[in-house]
Amino acid sequence: MGEEEGVHQTQLLDTMFVRGLKRKCFDGEEDVEGTLAGIKAIPSYNLQRQSLLDMSLVKLQLCHMLVEPNLCRSVLIANTVRQIQEEMTQDGTWQMISTQSTGQTSLDRLVSTDILCRSSREQAEGKHVPGYGTLSKDFEGDEGQDSSETMSTASSVQAPRNLQGNVWEMENPQENKGNFQKSLDQIFETLENKSPNSVEDLFSEVDNSYYDLDTMLTGMMSNTKMGHCDGLETFSSPTNTASNSNCKSDLNELDHIVEILVES
Amino acid sequence: MSHKQAGGPAGESAADWCLYQLNGAAEFEVSEADIISTVEFNHTGELLATGDKGGRVVIFQREPESKNEPYNQGEYNVYSTFQSHEPEFDYLKSLEIEEKINKIKWLPQQNAAHSLLSTNDKTIKLWKITERDKRPEGYNLKDEEGKLKDLSTVTSLQVPVLKPMDLMVEVTPRRIFANGHTYHVNSISVNSDCETYMSADDLRINLWHLAITDRSFNIVDIKPANMEDLTEVITASEFHPHHCNLFVYSSSKGSLRLCDMRASALCDKHSKLYEEPEDPSNRSFFSEIISSVSDVKFSHSGRYMLTRDYLTVKVWDLNMETKPVETYQVHDYLRSKLCSLYENDCIFDKFECAWNGSDSVIMTGAYNNFFRMFDRNTKRDVTLEASRESSKPRAILKPRRVCVGGKRRKDDISVDSLDFTKKILHTAWHPTENIIAIAATNNLYIFQDKVNSEMH
Repeated sequence: MGEEEGVHQTQLLDTMFVRGLKRKCFDGEEDVEGTLAGIKAIPSYNLQRQSLLDMSLVKLQLCHMLVEPNLCRSVLIANTVRQIQEEMTQDGTWQMISTQSTGQTSLDRLVSTDILCRSSREQAEGKHVPGYGTLSKDFEGDEGQDSSETMSTASSVQAPRNLQGNVWEMENPQENKGNFQKSLDQIFETLENKSPNSVEDLFSEVDNSYYDLDTMLTGMMSNTKMGHCDGLETFSSPTNTASNSNCKSDLNELDHIVEILVES
Repeated sequence: MSHKQAGGPAGESAADWCLYQLNGAAEFEVSEADIISTVEFNHTGELLATGDKGGRVVIFQREPESKNEPYNQGEYNVYSTFQSHEPEFDYLKSLEIEEKINKIKWLPQQNAAHSLLSTNDKTIKLWKITERDKRPEGYNLKDEEGKLKDLSTVTSLQVPVLKPMDLMVEVTPRRIFANGHTYHVNSISVNSDCETYMSADDLRINLWHLAITDRSFNIVDIKPANMEDLTEVITASEFHPHHCNLFVYSSSKGSLRLCDMRASALCDKHSKLYEEPEDPSNRSFFSEIISSVSDVKFSHSGRYMLTRDYLTVKVWDLNMETKPVETYQVHDYLRSKLCSLYENDCIFDKFECAWNGSDSVIMTGAYNNFFRMFDRNTKRDVTLEASRESSKPRAILKPRRVCVGGKRRKDDISVDSLDFTKKILHTAWHPTENIIAIAATNNLYIFQDKVNSEMH
């Protein structure tokens, strides 16, 4: 059932883009109103744009557990998200948390993929299911990060459109918008280097079901050098210096172990 | 090469392509590891190399033409198969490194041996392929089986002689260029100086010397200081075929940058930037994605560049930066389906493109096992299909057509019936003859132009 709805939505989106509903550039205030009026006249545009935004965010969150995600694809999706975000900001229709329009189906989709991506530690702590707004609370980040430049909607924030079942807790919309921008950036950082927590997880409990000792040893022999370089590069932020030194000493230990195993 | 006038006499077909050979298991036997991920002819066209997802390289060699049957040109038979790359594990990132062969590039042949570079996401390897068809016999100290002889039985000395033996092809890894890339390698290109080559990943391009593995020069670096600011990546790169100081790289935003290594050690500043301004009437949320260049190839002449983005192939003149000189629509009927293609990720498929030997025809793959050819002189184009059903050996391929509503002819396929899982991403054209190699999932098709075996 959910799939049918999803397909239907995509077909609608296809039709919409064929009809040539494109964003027009506007220079002045009068154009803004004109464009807004134009958009209101086609009620499905916002809905479909929101759907595209949701789809994009799901794609960014889908973590391929074993293989590194394609950076080009991630960059292109992130740029698409930014485009939509900018347009929605200019429209003044920027609402936090796609509580509007998408309905229950994509909500479930989003939730399930998010659970996939959370580290086992967070799951153990039993964090409640986050939405967009609370997504960034999982990340440790600089709370004071300036996100206002992208979210400057001076016009009053519209009341969220009413939909069946507002699952996510909706806090201060302004703060949530900032969190969204942050979470987008954080998603990007995780593409560059996995969340700092994952490294500790790696060394604390090795999950042997994913790879056997042979693969590990083969990988170790050829990757030790690169591992060092990578480690130094990715741990650039000050919050990670502790794990950096842990990492290096752990690597040396593993090196030592491998040497022994190989010699025998 | 015989020269044919553009256009030709009325009624004459430009080319008749027919299936020459088909290698690969039937479709229901496909395993993921058998999927071909790259195809490349060597500089003479005598050898054809394919790489697959399982990290293997298969080299085909063309049998010499039989003088008795001049029209039955040499077949490509398997010459050698070897495991080039193995899967690895990156411990720091807790991620697997795929063994899939991303690219193979042949080195120009300098002696009896053949050499090629093969690369996966992280490591480039130089392989040397040699033939052994003679064996020394008549050693003084060893017997036939290699065991040491009892010295008392040796009464005279003999000179070992070389006796013929069954041909043995030996492949050895001569160099391993590791640890040069943090991101995934998407291209390699051998320089015309035959001493250096470059490897490009998403954010950096390195210059290597073929004999030195512990050092490489970084010549392009587009990584921003803050990864959050990343909006553009490198998608492909290639050295100029004649000028060893020039190379081009393409980006995910649809631009090409021509760089001159004489200008500075780090070529972050391009010498020329090739970019076509966006068509405002076609603007959509997918504009940037479909403008991302998936492949760039210099023409054999070195005068032009060929680029492939999601819906078109474009020919650029090196002297003109403002726009391409030619644009060909590969499958414009997909423009109305972009959202569906975004959802199923097909919009991120990276198609390659190829020139023929005389730079008069360009080729690229599409969906439904279709591939397209564009004749630059006659401006005619054709869609052909690489599938078992539609290719009987030696039978001429029938041109295919995709209909978009409106009039529908008998054998047309409608856009909605296209199989998007059957994509032709990798194609190669013989350097001098009208022979093409098409990779369709795990199958390698070799097609030959029956009418015009030589280039014109």
